[in-house]
Amino acid sequence: MTYVALADRGQELSHPKSFITKYIWSQDHKVIAIQYGLIAIAVGLVALGLSVTMRVQLGFPESVSIIDPSEYMQFVTMHGMIMVIYLLTALLLGGFGNYLIPLMVGARDMVFPYMNMLSVWVYLVSVIILMASFFVTGGPTGAGWTLYPPQAILFGTPGAEWGIILMLVSLAVFIVAFTMGGLNYVTTVLQARTRGMTMMRMPLSVWGIFTATILGLLAFPALLVSAIMMLLDRLLGTSFFMPAIVHMGEQTAYGGGSPVLFQHLFWFFGHPEVYIVALPAFGIVSDLLSVHARKNIFGYRMMVWAIVGIGGLSFIVWAHHMYVSGMNPYFGFFFATTTLIIAVPTAIKVYNWVLTLWQGNIHLTVPMLFAIGFIFTFIHGGLTGIFLGNVVVDLPLSDTYFVVAHFLMVMGVSPILVVFGAIYHWFPKVTGKMFNSTLGKFHFWFTFLGTYSIYLPMHYLGFLGVPRRYYAYEGIDFIPESALAMNTGITVAAIFVAATQILFFVNMIWSLFKGKPAGPNPWNATTLEWQTPQTPPIHGNWGPELPQVYRWAYEYSVPGADKDFTPQNEPPADVEVAAS
Amino acid sequence: MITIIIFIFAAVGISYWWLLRQRVLEKPWLTEGTGVDRREDLASESPTAKTGLIVFLAVVTSMFSLFISAYFMRMELNDWRPLDEPGLLWFNTLLLILGSLSIHKCARSAANQDANGVKVTLLATGIFTGAFVAGQLIAWQQLNEAGYALRSNPANAFFYLFTGIHGLHLLGGLWVWSRTSIRVLAGVELEQIKLSVELCRNYWHFLLVVWIVIFALLLST
Repeated sequence: MTYVALADRGQELSHPKSFITKYIWSQDHKVIAIQYGLIAIAVGLVALGLSVTMRVQLGFPESVSIIDPSEYMQFVTMHGMIMVIYLLTALLLGGFGNYLIPLMVGARDMVFPYMNMLSVWVYLVSVIILMASFFVTGGPTGAGWTLYPPQAILFGTPGAEWGIILMLVSLAVFIVAFTMGGLNYVTTVLQARTRGMTMMRMPLSVWGIFTATILGLLAFPALLVSAIMMLLDRLLGTSFFMPAIVHMGEQTAYGGGSPVLFQHLFWFFGHPEVYIVALPAFGIVSDLLSVHARKNIFGYRMMVWAIVGIGGLSFIVWAHHMYVSGMNPYFGFFFATTTLIIAVPTAIKVYNWVLTLWQGNIHLTVPMLFAIGFIFTFIHGGLTGIFLGNVVVDLPLSDTYFVVAHFLMVMGVSPILVVFGAIYHWFPKVTGKMFNSTLGKFHFWFTFLGTYSIYLPMHYLGFLGVPRRYYAYEGIDFIPESALAMNTGITVAAIFVAATQILFFVNMIWSLFKGKPAGPNPWNATTLEWQTPQTPPIHGNWGPELPQVYRWAYEYSVPGADKDFTPQNEPPADVEVAAS
Repeated sequence: MITIIIFIFAAVGISYWWLLRQRVLEKPWLTEGTGVDRREDLASESPTAKTGLIVFLAVVTSMFSLFISAYFMRMELNDWRPLDEPGLLWFNTLLLILGSLSIHKCARSAANQDANGVKVTLLATGIFTGAFVAGQLIAWQQLNEAGYALRSNPANAFFYLFTGIHGLHLLGGLWVWSRTSIRVLAGVELEQIKLSVELCRNYWHFLLVVWIVIFALLLST
């Protein structure tokens, strides 16, 4: 056969020689993935610190006074932006995307390794620019993570001096980094799949990351466009978004611009962004459930179609974030309809996860616990999304804690649970060591129950009409004493959840050095990354020849087979069938 | 947002069509072996770099569609005063078309192993494109002198924004062009630079189309 493996065609691997080219300026996708992951987790810890500080301020306004109202707004903004973009997007696509795609499709590396290396370093630059805004005059921007003009660039909003400029520049730099990485992920999936790895044999993790990357490549330009135009408004005095406005008693030079235009552009990015984070999580959780329930994923084709369908639909729901923005009210009908339609493929995925568990041989390992926990939190956050997707329900709930609870449940807790599950699941492959299962289980239960005790009460606060983004709630007539007590309770839960994350870090660091050797395939999984000749995989991933793929990724508990999993690359002749 | 919606529908449509060709309807659990992988049958399998460039151009198209969407939405507000585009832009357009033609010829020469032809046409591409960028800068100056300052009206701001972003993309192209030219001058085998020249050609044609769309948009509004 004249077939040259696509992944080996026209590709030369750079072979690192020194420590620096091996671990710092590395072009190996696995090292880049770990660099992405570590930077994202580090900046995520900053955002976690910000949120705990805000909660302490909210929960105990009389006994402590750590931050003032301006700082509160700045912390809200930075917490939101870091978590959504610099942590979740970077970790799920830059981290897991980089690590998993080449290994799972049977490639030696990404197709453009040099650009991949640039991607992570440009990402680091964007993080440094963002962090620098804590140290400039006026501090970071306090415009809210949506950065709505006109207030975002008017003096009087915290950080209007330098914070907003650094924020916009940092976002633009991040988008450059993401585009360089994203081109790699998409092209690698398109071009570098090994022989036999058809699209419909790819694990759902790859499908999720692949589709999310395409969404990102098409949607991030909207954020870039709005960032460029807002920078021009702020620095050169154009009026793209800025209406004529009297500011601090003086007429500004701005005139005629449209803040709603910004909102359209922002949410044209912002809504697909939800799925940029969610789709990789959907994919990964499907794989975790299937492996640890020893059962093929229920409705694989339907899962693929749902991912692709959600990807397409996610571009026509953006204005459901704008029901109260003053846009044409008739738009609400259209966008409420599309929003409810997107619930259909999402619900299909949830049913299929549950049906995968049905009559499975469920192993309650740590990754499995996190995956099942995700199903709970995602159903919860998804259902409140259906509330908010309807205009008449959204109007009274808008800008209350109900919205905070909804998106932190669906976009905060749910993907973070998947991230933890995925880290526990692939930790043995990345490091070659097994983590401490007991510590991991404590980490799961504390995090799962703890986050519920944070966010469940917030829904109730929202029904009471407690507004979000407020620095203090004392002396407001319609907020009862009991709601304030609940607010304090939420803070206690938040501190508890934040503190228990120490268990995770202790476990990971301790296991890295002292953990038991995990072996190449501790979970008996079928996908290619567990079949590498070395664990952890070396540069180039495979031996002299690339693996060949003979079947799909979910061959678990096949009736008649002698073991309960058949790796994707095991030749059919070697599969022993028990004598019947 | 109509423009970007049209683009997204096109992009999603193409993706879904491509996916259908990948036989997403088949039942992967029923097939075994490597026979189902028909990629070796597909003669059209393009080099990785070309696929990468196509994906990148989709990203750039998305960005320009968004700028155009913003243009249409901003235009409806009542402070919009259209500006008179300088006649120089017609001449610049001609330069860019010539640049595109010469890089096209260059790719042909590379395919025909015509080393001299490659050198001449590559040089011509650089000159025409450089002249286009310079011409755009002169157009900016003319506009500014005619009183169409950046901040005085959103129509002006969009003019500078469109031409500036388009020019930046051309400068990026020129950077790749210069690297290719250096390799040609260093006497690298034509077979090895063929791909680079073809990538340049695709990129130039793309930016020409973008410019024609933008120019038509600016003229008609």
